[in-house]
Amino acid sequence: MPFTLTVNGRQMTADVPADTPLLWVLRDVLKLHGTKYGCGIGQCRACTVHLGGEPVASCLTPVSAAAKAPITTIEGLSPDGSHPLQIAWREIDVPQCGYCQSGQIMTAAALLAKHPKPTDADIDAAMSANLCRCGTYVRVRKAIHKAAGQIAVSHPDLISLNTAGAAEEGGL
Amino acid sequence: MQVSRRSFLQVGTLSGGGLMLGLFSALPRRSFAQNQEGPPPFDAKAFIRIAPDGTVTLIARNPEIGQGVKNMLPMLIAEELDVDWKKVKIEQADFDAKYGLQTTGGSRAASNNYLPMRQVGAAGRQMLIAAAAKKWGVPESECFAENGRVYHRPTDRSLGYGELASAAAALPAPDLATLKLKEASAFNVIGQWTPGVDVPDIVTGKPIYSIDFTLPGMLFAVYEKCPAFGGKVKSANIDEIKQLPGIKHVFISEGTMKLGPILEGDPGLEPGIAIVAETWWTAQSARKKLKVEWDEGPAASQSSAQFAQRAQEFSKSSPARMLRQDGDVNAAFSAGAKVVEAAYSYPFISHAPLEPRNCSAHYKDGKLEFWSNTQLPARARALVAKHLQIPEDSITIHLLRAGGSFGRGLSNDYMVETGYIAKTIGVPVKLLWSREDDMTHDYYRPGGFHFLKAAVDPSGKLAAWQNHFVSFGAGEKFSPSASISPTEFPSGFVPNYSLGASVMPLQLKTGALRAPGANSQSFVFQSFIDELAHAAGKDPLQFRIELLKAPGTNLVSAAAKPKVENEPSHTRQGARPQVYDAGRMLGVLALLAEKSGWGKRKLPTGTGMGVAFHYSFQGYFGHVAEVTVGANNTLKVNKVWACGDVGSQIVNPSGAEAQVQGAIIDGLSELMAQEITLEGGRVMQTNYDKHPLARLKNAPEIEVHFHKTDHDPTGLGEPALPPLLPAVCNAIFAACGKRVRELPLSRSGFRWA
Repeated sequence: MPFTLTVNGRQMTADVPADTPLLWVLRDVLKLHGTKYGCGIGQCRACTVHLGGEPVASCLTPVSAAAKAPITTIEGLSPDGSHPLQIAWREIDVPQCGYCQSGQIMTAAALLAKHPKPTDADIDAAMSANLCRCGTYVRVRKAIHKAAGQIAVSHPDLISLNTAGAAEEGGL
Repeated sequence: MQVSRRSFLQVGTLSGGGLMLGLFSALPRRSFAQNQEGPPPFDAKAFIRIAPDGTVTLIARNPEIGQGVKNMLPMLIAEELDVDWKKVKIEQADFDAKYGLQTTGGSRAASNNYLPMRQVGAAGRQMLIAAAAKKWGVPESECFAENGRVYHRPTDRSLGYGELASAAAALPAPDLATLKLKEASAFNVIGQWTPGVDVPDIVTGKPIYSIDFTLPGMLFAVYEKCPAFGGKVKSANIDEIKQLPGIKHVFISEGTMKLGPILEGDPGLEPGIAIVAETWWTAQSARKKLKVEWDEGPAASQSSAQFAQRAQEFSKSSPARMLRQDGDVNAAFSAGAKVVEAAYSYPFISHAPLEPRNCSAHYKDGKLEFWSNTQLPARARALVAKHLQIPEDSITIHLLRAGGSFGRGLSNDYMVETGYIAKTIGVPVKLLWSREDDMTHDYYRPGGFHFLKAAVDPSGKLAAWQNHFVSFGAGEKFSPSASISPTEFPSGFVPNYSLGASVMPLQLKTGALRAPGANSQSFVFQSFIDELAHAAGKDPLQFRIELLKAPGTNLVSAAAKPKVENEPSHTRQGARPQVYDAGRMLGVLALLAEKSGWGKRKLPTGTGMGVAFHYSFQGYFGHVAEVTVGANNTLKVNKVWACGDVGSQIVNPSGAEAQVQGAIIDGLSELMAQEITLEGGRVMQTNYDKHPLARLKNAPEIEVHFHKTDHDPTGLGEPALPPLLPAVCNAIFAACGKRVRELPLSRSGFRWA
């Protein structure tokens, strides 16, 4: 049956069974592929979108429920990639494979909307919903603080010059 | 691709003017027609394209799975070409013989490409300089290139690369031997913190992954397989499924597999039922209405409990075969030394990349075209050709970004399934595995059992080491990724050493998971070494340093090392014989001790530090972990210090640091609760709730350091992972006195704080 959804400010129609998850309406019907499928059971939250401003797992949200409030996906977070989180993600170079990152950013955007200056505990609580198989968590945290204006971007100095013989001489 | 005398440069002209430059290895020529002499025909996809307007496009030839190779390879070209990194365009190569080796595996991209990709760039620069010098009628020696322009010093003239590209394309490609490469001190792209080229697309949700690819008229498929590996369909209600709305095709496959223990990487097409529909959800929903009676076959009798029981039985007798014997371990055991015995084990685990297996294909007029996230396109093509009877030259593969892989994409079963469905229906189709498919039909990291016995002499030195490794396989063969190298540390560092193995049959696919072999063996050996350090009454780091300084072992030859699994043999062409350079590991440990404040920090009760090191995939890594163990075995990893030696140059510090950070988080996931178990031949863990990943709140602070040494640069996809597991386990022992000998930690009652 046809459902009218408001996605990223635009009205869209999908003629699908009422129990179809919003995720698959977005991906296969509306061709918005930024929202990702990872687990289908709400464990990984790669499919996070905003429904009425709240972060939800679109893999668990039937289209019938999604028709009741406006939906924002990663494609609609900003018109041109200029959301502070998107900028911070680029500067900190958060993604590795990147597959989970639209979900990470959508969860983080909802966090910042409620807590513009989040503590580490706030970040732990909100962002532990989202899995990252590549292990980008250290940079996710850093990028949220950056987007919140709490830190400046700085890159660590990783390289130590060869100290040949140090092991021989050093008092270990 | 190793550059050898058989490599050469190839130059061509862009339509509309411009320069194209490629570096070819002679290897691919074999696949060209017999009567064809010389290099393969040039087409518009080489490594460098310079358009008349000055736009420079660089081609990244290897599959990108999140390891950052789409940055690293073009960075090497851009450095020597002298172009502004911020202005170049980067393009992912399709699979094509003209690019030479296109694989992602074995952490090989840095070592295979560090020289040849720079040579491509340097050749381009040299030709552009030559073109400018010719135009101005001046000697080339008076010209230099910088930031996309060639300058003539004495007259202060300059020309942009775009203005020179057509003229440069008319020049012969320079001889590789005459190329002048930059000194490292002159680098301004290599060594710079460089964000991923796809990050702008990732953060705005552009459809760049394999799963996002679509074609007009594309249908979507699922492929239902037997829960017990290799089982066949006896009967199914496919006529009923065909009647469901939106369903286009339903058909049963017998598959092409032989039953029995799996001893090769890709056993063939598994039997199953394909359901093809207008949308994936339609196909997946129809699947839930399938009623299948399976002929489960012999795999259904397997269970993890049986494996563990058989391992215990094996441990009571001598190994079925010996892999290495140095000195006389028994004499050392009875020589009044302190003897320690321990049994270690670790489970099967799954790759579980966040993007489930998927692939798109279109079969038309005898030709099969793929869009895939594979790590090994050459092997994928050969496999599809073999099992679907399609000639290799009728199969093309486009490479798309993978949402993680960790070795899963080395195996191409899902491409055979996709090809089979595409060939059957003749319209564009995407096969997408559900998460449950992905976790229950993986090429698992095999579990294993080590029965260890060792002795330390009265001076506290390691005198003898004996290991009976119980694994999977048949006869002289191990199942894929279930083997052990007779040169694995501390082999060669102990005067009396014995390694034997016994194997049991396994009817399940196994394969390489990030740092195969090392990802389990490091836990066993570096934990047991810790036990021995305590038995010797020595500081765990000091004991390791003394072990690495054992006389005569500074360079232990690993020439006999078995070939790295899943790596095409030609990738090692020209590689120098491998050695275990104890001096490099000692350098890493010295840096690690300094950075972590080893032995110098006061820690509260319940908090401890552990150390471990491991050499794998050409990289030397050591980690120190600081953990706090609370009441009821709650574990908090406070901080990890990671030090690595991967040679003289870090190409992209951002990517390098990310690989180490990621390997540490990955290691924590493997450590805490990941476990694949079999009951009645069925994998019992179907999703992330049962095979969990570490979450953000579990992530420790991580400090990464690279110890730069005068060795060729090597890769970072794998070597930082293995020592993380024992470093944390050794820290747990330091914190609370509990020695972990079995993974995952959840089996011993641990959970995240």
